[in-house]
Amino acid sequence: MSDLGSYSLLLGLALSVYAFVAGIIGVARKGHSAEILGETARRAGIAVFGCVLIAATVLVVAAFRNDFSIAYILHHSNVALSAPYKFAVLWSGQEGSLLFWSLLLGGYGLVLRLRYKVDAKLVAYASIIIAAVQIFFLALNNFAANPFGIVTGTIPPDGNGLNPLLQYAEMVIHPPMLYLGYVGMTVPFAFALAALIMKYPGEKWIHITRRWTMVTWAFLTCGIFLGAHWAYAVLGWGGYWGWDPVENASLMPWLTGTAFLHSVMMQEKRGMLKVWNMWLIFATFGLSIFGTLLTRSGIVSSVHAFAQSSIGTWFAVFLAIVLAVCVFFFVMNRGHLRSENRLESLVSRESSFLFNNLILLVACFTVLWGTLFPVLSEWVEGTKVTVGAPFFNKVNIPVALLLLLLTAVGPLLSWRKTSIDSIRRNLLNPSLLALGAGIAIIALGWIHPWREQSEFYALMTIMLSVLVACTVISEFYRGARVIAYQTGRNILSSVYVLTRRNTRRYGGYIAHFAAIVVMIGFAGSAFNQDIEREVGNGESMSIGHYTITCKSYTQDDNANYSSVWAIMDISRDGKKIDTMFPERRIYKASQQPATMPAIRSTIQEDLYLVYTGNNPDNGHPIIRAHLNPLVSWIWTGSGLLLLGTLLALIPSIATSRVPVRSAAKVLADSRQAVGAGD
Amino acid sequence: MLWRPKYILEALAITLVCVGFLGAGPSRSANTRFNDLGHKLMCKCGCNQILLECNHVGCNYSTQMRDELLAALTRDGSGLGSSTPDSDDLVLQSFVQKYGATVLAAPTTSGFNIVAWIVPFVALVAGLGLVTVIVRKWKFRLQPVGAQDLTPSQLDEFRRRAREDTEL
Repeated sequence: MSDLGSYSLLLGLALSVYAFVAGIIGVARKGHSAEILGETARRAGIAVFGCVLIAATVLVVAAFRNDFSIAYILHHSNVALSAPYKFAVLWSGQEGSLLFWSLLLGGYGLVLRLRYKVDAKLVAYASIIIAAVQIFFLALNNFAANPFGIVTGTIPPDGNGLNPLLQYAEMVIHPPMLYLGYVGMTVPFAFALAALIMKYPGEKWIHITRRWTMVTWAFLTCGIFLGAHWAYAVLGWGGYWGWDPVENASLMPWLTGTAFLHSVMMQEKRGMLKVWNMWLIFATFGLSIFGTLLTRSGIVSSVHAFAQSSIGTWFAVFLAIVLAVCVFFFVMNRGHLRSENRLESLVSRESSFLFNNLILLVACFTVLWGTLFPVLSEWVEGTKVTVGAPFFNKVNIPVALLLLLLTAVGPLLSWRKTSIDSIRRNLLNPSLLALGAGIAIIALGWIHPWREQSEFYALMTIMLSVLVACTVISEFYRGARVIAYQTGRNILSSVYVLTRRNTRRYGGYIAHFAAIVVMIGFAGSAFNQDIEREVGNGESMSIGHYTITCKSYTQDDNANYSSVWAIMDISRDGKKIDTMFPERRIYKASQQPATMPAIRSTIQEDLYLVYTGNNPDNGHPIIRAHLNPLVSWIWTGSGLLLLGTLLALIPSIATSRVPVRSAAKVLADSRQAVGAGD
Repeated sequence: MLWRPKYILEALAITLVCVGFLGAGPSRSANTRFNDLGHKLMCKCGCNQILLECNHVGCNYSTQMRDELLAALTRDGSGLGSSTPDSDDLVLQSFVQKYGATVLAAPTTSGFNIVAWIVPFVALVAGLGLVTVIVRKWKFRLQPVGAQDLTPSQLDEFRRRAREDTEL
């Protein structure tokens, strides 16, 4: 069976090479024969997906059939592993995850090639670039990390099992989402490079690229938040983001992708920043590859050590080739990327995008710098220092606050030029409200900003979030009020029409609102508390308003793992409100322990219990309790962020489809109407 | 006049400078210090986690290191051999001597390590300066457009631009 997988991968590689070479000849030559050759290249590209799909299916079927003659299955699966996790075997190890990468790239290539009529020539060029990337990954699959390696000697009756940390429901969807984001960045990269190579006339390519980037950015966002939630719900240290190199690797392309989604508007609207946007797309793709290089080469130490190997050299060489190709075509064709317009004022929407891009890139650079500094310090001083959460928090929080300030101000600025009076008019009330909120929070004693730097940052985050919320709400309100006057609808209905008329703009505002919800959630971490106690039957511990009493503790056993767990009664202000069950497991196949924290989540705070172990003398459980304020806001905000992105992807309805009142009636009403802002 | 960008930037700079002076409050309890310092140290069991966040079942390092930290912060003098509580710097230094430089969760602010802290802020300030210079340069290059004797096609072009500028 493994032969089928191996030959499929080999055939896939051969077809990718054909799609690449025939594609180049097809676009370089003219005439009917060149067109036919180009068409065969397109079909070969489609067939690559079929080959990789067969290989991936073979691997999953082997996992379900417990075929431990395949080394990958032996190392990453076992008989007792439940069905959903047998699927997860595909991406749980080095070789399988690279095959999964190839599969997704083949899938994206399939969609792109099936939709070639969007712009046949542009797609033909983009297909060549996708085929080149596919060649790299299939070469890895075939020669450096083959998932179909055979076990030599006696085949064991059972496998080593899936990493216990991966045996969690979200792990079945988190890696695919993250990979869809990483791999998906190949498509906008392919379109951007194709447009540069062929000196594409017009701006159609940028519209196509933007939509693809939004889709892949949404996947990446989803993957990052699912990963954070997985870390929170499984790793048992009470946090969701540890600034580990693997986490940083996912954040960097997300930051540059976010910068592109903003600056692309300047190119679409004003024909500006063409070079900048081109390089942002190149950087986003490059950072996706660089992140993979970082986490799989062992260059930096990571908690996620289960995927390290010597394939880093492959990625380094590939990255160097990508950079060389991008620089070459940029130097050759840079004249094509000249701006059509100039910036007219420092106080304008354009300059706000510039500053927004700058801050996002500084954040990205800071993450990259912190991730690589241990390597640099070892190189310079011979000592590898640790760069962990304290560094990243200290450096990135002021940058994030600046970004929040821009999020509030940016949407209030007009294109080309905005008058200071206009900003004052639009920003005065939101600023007063934000200031009032800050004063109220201090007066109520919720935050003491002079006590700790983290509390000051938390206060600033909340105040700036109020400012952003006010500006977003006022944007919706002012637009809806105009529609209400024009159509006679009520304000809620007008908000709906307004959003449908310009889904991109108002979807973006929802995403901004979501960002502040997430930021408030992050600010809550300034007030985290934790306590660790040994608790026998009937004994209690307290944290915040909660009293946690150990009712009992017991054991369990099944084919996959044995576990010990405690039954903890939770009281608040003397009244019992819940029962929680923190658990500790030992997975039999791998003999690895894992904690399963119990989490009681409310809008105010999370009570998070971890069964850390047992007292060896008396067997009493040792429980660590964390009280983490506002964590649920992060998950709610991430959902809203995706909602805003999805909304922005829906095409806007034409204005003419909205019923409008008669001109006379509108004229009569307009005498009482107030201006709808800038 | 209060809303001029210059004043806004100045206010922002003052706020950022003020932030640097925050957190220098009165002396903290041993518990608070334990929590603060425990989050500035790494567990040395190889898990790459902050000392107080290491949750490895049966991790020998974290328990021992936490005990040592607690001892250094209390008056009994056990563990690290001091009879009075050590300052934060001394506590961290003693851990560096025992476990090596990688025990610190963030680079120090001395020697080459200070580069780690300076570079991101230099990048931010340089970037802000660069963007401001670019914007000003572009602004002054602007050519005035004549408004008289416009042809219908020019008018259409201006209408298209106006529509684009106000749509989004």
